[in-house]
Amino acid sequence: MWEAIRRWFDPAELRSIGEPPDYRFSLANERTFLAWLRTALALVGGGLATAQFLPPLPMSHLREVIAVALLLLGGAVAIRAVDHWARTERAIRLGEELPASRFPAVLALALAAGAVLLVVAVLVRAIGGQ
Amino acid sequence: MSTGRDPGLQPERTRLAWRRTLLTASVVTALAARLASAGDPVGALVAGSTVVVWGALLALCWPRATGTGPARTGGRTLPLVALGTVGLALLGVLLVLRRLG
Repeated sequence: MWEAIRRWFDPAELRSIGEPPDYRFSLANERTFLAWLRTALALVGGGLATAQFLPPLPMSHLREVIAVALLLLGGAVAIRAVDHWARTERAIRLGEELPASRFPAVLALALAAGAVLLVVAVLVRAIGGQ
Repeated sequence: MSTGRDPGLQPERTRLAWRRTLLTASVVTALAARLASAGDPVGALVAGSTVVVWGALLALCWPRATGTGPARTGGRTLPLVALGTVGLALLGVLLVLRRLG
């Protein structure tokens, strides 16, 4: 794991692998990384907004739990973005198949599950409040 | 077009992607600084830290967002920008936990 982290910060090693690719592919890989980073920043921003703009919820600390979950998810997406970028760059230079990833599917399902839970919480509160 | 290459568009699109990322990071920093500024010394310190992280992100992204000529790709900038994002997330967690205590 530390080896992988060291590799992210060592561009010289990445450049020593395989063939220099068509620069368009490197630029496309970089834009994909940036799109994931914006996804990460949006999650972090969502967590920060939840913490300060949402009124306290009836369930104790639910607001803080939502905020911390979004913040940690954002951090995880950012780290995974670097890892995926480095592995893709490696694959492009070596002419291998691009790395497959379950992460987008897992993230989508986790966010959908969170949304469904909150919808249920809102409905329970609306019905219970009458 | 006989060559399949497009020297202009790819670097331009990447430059715009860096700008969008920098804008998003600026909004997130503003949200973090707002959450931090509770008026006490610790809050001011954390608010200051978010601004320092934003300054680092600005310095990192600026050459990529405004660069002319052949675009550079990859390098240490990418992991460092991701690290800045993780830093903002952790500062956010710290702020949320502090408000609980």
